[in-house]
Amino acid sequence: MKLLEHEAKDIFRAFNMPTPPGGVAETPEEAMSIAAKVGKPVVVKAQVLSGKRGKAGGVKFADTPEQAKEIAKHILGLKINDLPVEAVLVEEKLDIQQEIYAGITIDRNERKYVVIGSGAGGMSIEELAEESPEKIVKMHVDPSIGFLPYNAREMATKMGFRGKQINKLASFFLKLWNIVEANDVELTEINPLILTKDGRFLAADARLNVDDNALFRHKQMMESLKRDPVEQNEREKIATENDMAYVELDGNIACICNGAGLTMATLDAVSLYGGKASTFLDLGGGADAERVEKGIEVALMYPKVKAILINIMGGITRCDDVAKGILAARDDGDITVPMVVRMVGTNEEEGQEILNKAGIPFLKTMEEAASKVVNLAKEVK
Amino acid sequence: MAILADKDTRVIIQGITGGQGTFHSQAMLNFGTKIVAGVTPGKGGQEVNGIPVFDTVMEAKEAHDATAAVIFVPAPFAGDAALEAIAAHLNPVVVITEHVPVRDEIRVIHTAKRQGITVIGPNTPGIITPGAKQKLGIMPGHVFADGPVGLMSRSGTLTYEIAAGMTYAGIGMTTAIGLGGDPCVGLTPIEAVKLFEKDNDTKALVLVGEIGGDAEERAAAYIKEHYDRPVVGFIAGRTAPPGKRMGHAGAIISGSTGTAQAKIKALNDAGIPVAEKPSDVARLLQDVL
Repeated sequence: MKLLEHEAKDIFRAFNMPTPPGGVAETPEEAMSIAAKVGKPVVVKAQVLSGKRGKAGGVKFADTPEQAKEIAKHILGLKINDLPVEAVLVEEKLDIQQEIYAGITIDRNERKYVVIGSGAGGMSIEELAEESPEKIVKMHVDPSIGFLPYNAREMATKMGFRGKQINKLASFFLKLWNIVEANDVELTEINPLILTKDGRFLAADARLNVDDNALFRHKQMMESLKRDPVEQNEREKIATENDMAYVELDGNIACICNGAGLTMATLDAVSLYGGKASTFLDLGGGADAERVEKGIEVALMYPKVKAILINIMGGITRCDDVAKGILAARDDGDITVPMVVRMVGTNEEEGQEILNKAGIPFLKTMEEAASKVVNLAKEVK
Repeated sequence: MAILADKDTRVIIQGITGGQGTFHSQAMLNFGTKIVAGVTPGKGGQEVNGIPVFDTVMEAKEAHDATAAVIFVPAPFAGDAALEAIAAHLNPVVVITEHVPVRDEIRVIHTAKRQGITVIGPNTPGIITPGAKQKLGIMPGHVFADGPVGLMSRSGTLTYEIAAGMTYAGIGMTTAIGLGGDPCVGLTPIEAVKLFEKDNDTKALVLVGEIGGDAEERAAAYIKEHYDRPVVGFIAGRTAPPGKRMGHAGAIISGSTGTAQAKIKALNDAGIPVAEKPSDVARLLQDVL
């Protein structure tokens, strides 16, 4: 789950991590009163889950409360990455001496948390890694002892800081580590972390992604958010509620399969035969007839779909269950586009018998099925 | 010979009284797996499918001389279950459970590493050694035949698809390993290659990868330098868009890393032919065996 900047900063402050003074506004008037309270020039930032909000015009400076009101009005009317801006964060504009990068994420190869810092913040860490990799400091965290104060001081010195600033920055990294540990965070970034001309360190931005699989441990945080953990369209919501993995693409063939790897390979096979998939739909393990029917229903709700390819390799999923699901969808009149079925594995014969009786053709190999569905999709106007 | 599971492997099923544990322990018994005990805290003394149930892993191990664990415990408790199996020195520990928090995974993986124990998964179909009739997992046993090829994969049903194609073509396996679909797993492709390298009966390898991370690239680099026997690859997700999780938690292209194209190139650079379709894997193996 990705947190919005202001949600992440609430957590930061709960761990005594300094952030610029300010507040969240849902109306231009609120933005004006927050700017007045700050009493200095402010920055007004769109609260959306998109990394490119700056380029999209979602971050602007204001010298006066009236100006903040005008800017907030403009930003609150924007759509960034198709998402309407529902709130802005109004914060003191900082007097910058240096922009710093601080982050913690998971290194999949080492299977450890890795703390990342750089004295050259501001640009994205990917850009920085391209341009000046020598300016990035990385430190893996020993899972048995955690990230310790001396590790944090070593980070600060390697990033080029000296004197009192070492302890100040080290304390920032330690707090960030505590936040990660306490909240099952899989990725956090402060970019930029600002060192002001008067020597303060403040988290000017905040990115915080919590491990979806660990949300059961963070019920209080979920309640305080007062929103759904992820922004989903109606089809995505239904798929999630039914334990299916569902991704929309820009082709016209819906691939309904069991297992993530097989679904990806089916998308690839469709492309190999000259088609393009509209839908990645993984029914998951052990799908019963009802889930298969639901899967077909969800896939057909997406207007781009011109044909369906059902590709099942039965393991814990049984072909007779799948056949019953397909039959139920057809009998309900749900299937409005051409459909190709390929089905092998557990209870294959029983499943094929059900389809035979119903007059629904099926194929035995992925290749035949992919090539056939591509041709059928081409014929559909 | 085989790796990780052979005829002497004696298995404990953790979470045996749950729906999945009960269903799959019976399927494993049907295949021939030597399941000696089950564990569910608070249900000691019961029996499931004729298998005695214990409250703790240590009791089960001591009573029945068990060597390995297969875990069906729900995600919030799976990390603890794995640590209990590791503390009882069971090896390997196969974690079937999906949706285990990554922080728990990291703790399990490194605790096992320090003790020289192999963790398979989480989010894996398990491992199977057809020649010894040992299946520590949820795969359909009949699509895996005994033979000279070591198979490793990050996926479940795609592995069955490829295994079925191999079996149909008369090519069997020493051991097939589901490495797991999560970003952090106990056994990585490079570590699996190293295990297969020590097995003289494994004459060739199949590496089934997918988008996300760079574990395949690392395995390819190792194979290029150290592994002399033939290897065939398959990578799923050639057409996957960046930034979207494709079903598996680990199957995501982040920025420019984790693309199928980069993995295919790395494998080809290491002299490994990469199949365009799952069914081509068996054909490519016929060329090299």
